[in-house]
Amino acid sequence: MPEPSPILTVSAASCRFDVSPPALTRLLAHEPRRILRAVENISFTVERGTTFSIVGESGCGKSTLARMVVGLQRPTEGALHFHDIHRADGSFGPPRVQMIFQDPYASLNPRWRVGDVIAEPIRELRLRPDEAAVSQRVGDLLEIVGLSRGDAERYPHAFSGGQRQRISIARALATEADFLVCDEPTSALDVSVQAQILNLMVRLQKEFGLTYLFISHNLSVVRHMSDQLAIMYLGRFVESGPAETIFQRPRHPYTRLLLDTIPDVEQPNRQRKPMSGEVPSPIAPPPGCAFHPRCPIAVPNCSAVAPVLEALDERLVACHRAA
Amino acid sequence: MNATMAPPLLSVRDLRIVFDGRHGPLTALDGVSFDIAPGEILGVVGESGAGKSLTGTAVIGLLDPPGRIASGSIHLNGQRIDNLPAEAMCKLRGRRIGAIFQDPLTSLHPLLTVGEQLVETITTHLPVGKAEARDRALQLLKEVGIPAAETRIDQYPHQFSGGMRQRVVIALALCAEPSLIIADEPTTALDVSIQAQITTLLKRLCREHGTAIMLVTHDMGVIAETADRVAVMYAGNVVEIGPVDEVIRRPHHPYTAGLMASIPSIHTRHQHLHQIDGAMPRLNAIPPGCAFNPRCGRAEPFCRDVKPGLPGKSHAAACHFPLTEPAHA
Repeated sequence: MPEPSPILTVSAASCRFDVSPPALTRLLAHEPRRILRAVENISFTVERGTTFSIVGESGCGKSTLARMVVGLQRPTEGALHFHDIHRADGSFGPPRVQMIFQDPYASLNPRWRVGDVIAEPIRELRLRPDEAAVSQRVGDLLEIVGLSRGDAERYPHAFSGGQRQRISIARALATEADFLVCDEPTSALDVSVQAQILNLMVRLQKEFGLTYLFISHNLSVVRHMSDQLAIMYLGRFVESGPAETIFQRPRHPYTRLLLDTIPDVEQPNRQRKPMSGEVPSPIAPPPGCAFHPRCPIAVPNCSAVAPVLEALDERLVACHRAA
Repeated sequence: MNATMAPPLLSVRDLRIVFDGRHGPLTALDGVSFDIAPGEILGVVGESGAGKSLTGTAVIGLLDPPGRIASGSIHLNGQRIDNLPAEAMCKLRGRRIGAIFQDPLTSLHPLLTVGEQLVETITTHLPVGKAEARDRALQLLKEVGIPAAETRIDQYPHQFSGGMRQRVVIALALCAEPSLIIADEPTTALDVSIQAQITTLLKRLCREHGTAIMLVTHDMGVIAETADRVAVMYAGNVVEIGPVDEVIRRPHHPYTAGLMASIPSIHTRHQHLHQIDGAMPRLNAIPPGCAFNPRCGRAEPFCRDVKPGLPGKSHAAACHFPLTEPAHA
């Protein structure tokens, strides 16, 4: 395991999308511009060799954040900074970042053999001197993720969802990646297959000292994987800190409600109080604290003043009522 | 919850569904039997391809060729329904069996208002006029928890959010007061907080109307929170059936036990998750004997030869070597 040191620092990053109608329509209808605030003023640091998880419901901006980290989306404001690292092979430089996508059926080219899918980044980045070395490396990677060398000759359609996700992981590792952004990597899989993939990811993290940015809506998967955790609501972090601390004593009402509402196999037929209301639109978020319309403990101040993240009880919470 | 006492509302016996393909017939369901009592929620759980949705499809008579029922029977309230002519089945569907599907956007007509769809369904099945049907539609929308139902009734499906659309679909399924609802992954497309609202709603409606629900899902958590009994399916068979607490706390079948152990816990963090190695067999390669034997840690040579049956007990597992000896009554 490498020494704990920051590998990624995100400082006050925001991402906004202009979803206004065309200029002429807007002029005729006297409409203002409409701005979707997908990610608002988010700061965090990821330590090398750890897993940082981001949890939230659909539309909270977690995938936009993931896309910003891999560079598929530029932040409108703020900055993301990767720190140079020393690798096991002696090299020094910025970490190599790769992404694992949610849907293993859409993220592999159906017309390419699995061997070519995995070899592509090796060839493109000229990581091996000749074809023999490339196919040797592809075979090694397939074995690392629990497939066999012979699978390189087959096409993606011959594999099940779990096996395809293994191929995606092998492709990400082919670049000798240090930092993997995993956007819902197991949500398209059945639970028994999910367990195989999660175990594989934990093993690879130990073996290669990988850092994960893990995006999920499944809290029990997140508890299994995470060192650090952030709960996102309408583009902002509402609570962030060490995962175990938050799971044991959630302080933000949204975190508490999330933990209360998820179905629990260990307590069959539990009577639960579902959270009322729905996630508001990020185009027109409620004033003050964005969560106040659904919050059971909201006071008038909550709809007027937006709370900021403050240190409380070994974590950061953005809530007027948390203290 | 004493399902064995009341006469079953739905009774499925030895149902075999076969798909005729170019390379010979494929058996997708291989002798599935279960009962649902009036007002009961039966959860049907399994991994993709286990045949859980197919079972639901067969019950509502929407099995598409080349799939066909090769043998077995389905009885609703004592009446055999698997061999009904298409027209009679059409009358029964919606009237006595309602359906809720996974994606609320595709199960609603995008060009008709929510009210028009409800009124059409009500007037088709019940002898009421338009005005009366509209009153009933409004009442249903209120009942499934749609705020400002008076204005929402004249809106189109795209004006509703995912959770609200699923409420409309539930209202549609309830139109004719059916005695059974087939709910196929009703919460899978929804966020967790909305999912909780929908399962709570289903439970409440089931209690208030005495409607039975066959809840098909891959999510053991949803089953645990919602169902009275659960049937676990694997490769076209029911491998375990019983009251939900018992199956979850003391699973008898090694597959159920493996499935339960592979779900990460929300309460504690483990270093390693239990995993069932391998994958469910494809339909053309189902092993002889017990279909689970290649992945089972307890399999003996006997398991490769003889297919285990499902005993007729309240908590039963189709296994030659079940994990705990069932208590003798």
